[in-house]
Amino acid sequence: MPVNLKPTDVVVVGLGAAGGVAVLPLTQAGIEVIGLEAGTWLRTDDFAPDELRNNFRGWPQAVQKANREIPTHRTNRNATLSPRQTIHPMMNAVGGTTLHYWAQSWRLNPWDFKVVSETTRRYGASRIPKGSTIEDWPFGLDELEPYYDKVEFEIGVSGQAGNIKGKIDPRGNTFEGPRAREYPMPPLRGTSFTEMMADAARKLGWRPFPGPAAVATRAYQGRAGCAYHGYCARGGCHINAKGSTAVTTIPKAQATKRLSVVTEAHVTTIEVGANGRVSGVNYVKGGTEYFQPAKIVLVASYVYENVRLLLLSKSKAFPNGLSNNRGQVGRHYFSHNQIGGVTALFPKRLNNWYGLPAQGVAVDDWADDNFDHSGLDFIGGGNLWVYSDRRPISAAGMSTYGRAPRWGSAWKAFIKQNADSWNISYLQKTTLPYEDNFLDLDPTVKDPLGLPVCRITADYQENERRVSTFIQDKMVEWYKAAGAIATEKTGMGTMGPTTHAYGGTRMGDNPETNVVDKWGFSHEVPNLGILGASVMGTSGARNPTLTAQALAWRTADRLAKNWKNIAT
Amino acid sequence: MADHSIDGLVSRRDVLKRVGIAGAAAAVPIDAIAQATREQFETLTAAEGATLEAIVARLIPTDANGPGAIEARAARYIDRALGGFLGSFLAPYRAGLSGIETYARTVKGAPFTQLSAQDQDSVLTDMENNAAKGFPGASLFFNVVLSHTIQGTFCDPFYGGNANFVGWDLIGYPGVRLTATANDQRMDVAPAPTHMSAYDFSMFSRKKPNAR
Repeated sequence: MPVNLKPTDVVVVGLGAAGGVAVLPLTQAGIEVIGLEAGTWLRTDDFAPDELRNNFRGWPQAVQKANREIPTHRTNRNATLSPRQTIHPMMNAVGGTTLHYWAQSWRLNPWDFKVVSETTRRYGASRIPKGSTIEDWPFGLDELEPYYDKVEFEIGVSGQAGNIKGKIDPRGNTFEGPRAREYPMPPLRGTSFTEMMADAARKLGWRPFPGPAAVATRAYQGRAGCAYHGYCARGGCHINAKGSTAVTTIPKAQATKRLSVVTEAHVTTIEVGANGRVSGVNYVKGGTEYFQPAKIVLVASYVYENVRLLLLSKSKAFPNGLSNNRGQVGRHYFSHNQIGGVTALFPKRLNNWYGLPAQGVAVDDWADDNFDHSGLDFIGGGNLWVYSDRRPISAAGMSTYGRAPRWGSAWKAFIKQNADSWNISYLQKTTLPYEDNFLDLDPTVKDPLGLPVCRITADYQENERRVSTFIQDKMVEWYKAAGAIATEKTGMGTMGPTTHAYGGTRMGDNPETNVVDKWGFSHEVPNLGILGASVMGTSGARNPTLTAQALAWRTADRLAKNWKNIAT
Repeated sequence: MADHSIDGLVSRRDVLKRVGIAGAAAAVPIDAIAQATREQFETLTAAEGATLEAIVARLIPTDANGPGAIEARAARYIDRALGGFLGSFLAPYRAGLSGIETYARTVKGAPFTQLSAQDQDSVLTDMENNAAKGFPGASLFFNVVLSHTIQGTFCDPFYGGNANFVGWDLIGYPGVRLTATANDQRMDVAPAPTHMSAYDFSMFSRKKPNAR
């Protein structure tokens, strides 16, 4: 029998990007919160600029809960399992993957909320790809704007606005929806390389701008401004310039004395009472089982783990998994079409050794529906991004662009000359949900506790392939305009475990096709909320984290303002 | 700090001949090869270690462009990691190192370590192209050794490779800094090498990871 703990108001499963934000509005409203986190606290002195450890040995994920339950993947129902990944894309820690993410903190564009109605209006309903289960969001960007704003100011997002209350500023993204005010801090600085790329984009008639990042560019709320030293991709910040929830919203919530953080807590199931409401969660810590009763359960782990936890939580009222009586848990899953990139070789050194992946220049002209798709055979598009970031092992592992062998003296001469002369772009492209792409429990692969891991069944479809080809061609054009002497396209791969996973507990008004309502609460279980990108129904062409955080704040805000109705 | 003389500058014509670069002898500190093969290996046997040293010496050769994998101690990095993080690769390494010696004897009539540089390259090329008959998994093994040799040549010296920063100097990486100025990021600027390991900085020396 598990140890029964003292009941609390809200238990949050996972203190990462989403859970770490939600605890702040809750505790500020006087609600008692217990945060269960599978990882531990990590501090600035844990974040050594060590490429081998961070990027090749998968620290710290390699030793964590997440790594013992890496999802399996197959491309379709009839396919055998793909080779299993050895490192989970996300990490466990207070702050979760916001500790070592790139920190690009985008708002979605207005179109992303209304893909079905806008596509139908502009091009006709036949342009929605066959087999896609895409729906409009239950609200538009205007509904989410105040929450984006709150999160941007709490975690400290730097950037350049392109649209303040409808007034367009060409220094920022002119395609973004209206925002109430400027970012709290100016964008990360440009480099002579990013300026060269921006100039080339302007020559092509495109509209380049610096991207938004949850990285302080000056002293902000007790944290230092960015030192641009590098090692930010899969590395935490040694001066807390990165606005991880571990150094922003979580300590602020702790200061209210209403947040209790329990680390190394491995949540196994959510309990359901006789009334069909959730009553709390079971977790294991240090080999002991505990039951934490709560009036409200907020599930805030990653997409795969959110779905897995619901499916593992079977009860009389929910025999196929919690909140799954309509079979929607795990459905409408998709992962960002972000692998197919382009690399380029320049005839000179770029000095990209320092900087961070969020320090770059973006082009949004070919994203979403920012261009006319009448004569095209796909919907959506991609955001083009180049940045200053390089580390020695990966630099030496560069492509030789057919100009040298892979080893030996000729190779050595090539990398001596070119290791700092190449660049890799990051191309985030629209991905749609489809009938055939879903998550469930693997029938054979289990974690060390004997519980089945999450299984991904998914592959890109025709729309994603066409977007990828189109966007890669645009990137080649951009590099060539900047003087590249060679370019290479990388393959788009398949849809295995990734840092940009979406869906599985989609948000929408229709309970037949969505797990949570427009506020993030289960259609079937009124006191169960779900946080994170698992509620998102579209990807847009940009990083999901800020949207997941804005949604988490909104769900928490809804709960705080309607506490009696939802909690009792 | 870029003191390659730690490994000695004594010219050893026999070693140079073996790696086929006798012409560059005067300019290249090469005693490290002999030095390296005299030291005990931590995980591999002396014979396995000698074969591995010979392989990495061809993958990233010591030549007119300066020190290579030998001076970087890439084989020593691999040997140490095979007793730690890369432990799951130990059995494949033992099989592969034995496989390359068998294959070398079969097609070249001598152990890999005693072949000319040209013959060694020919064996490695067969492996790379999976054209080494009777050597199953040769291509996979080649790719594994190549990627680990690159790690061992360009990693933080804390792990026993990239000794004296020879890898970082080769590609012009100016090294770990805790702050980079706007000037440090200009294309027309080449910042001076710092020649410091991340764990030379006091804030990180407190929590060193496992060096194996």
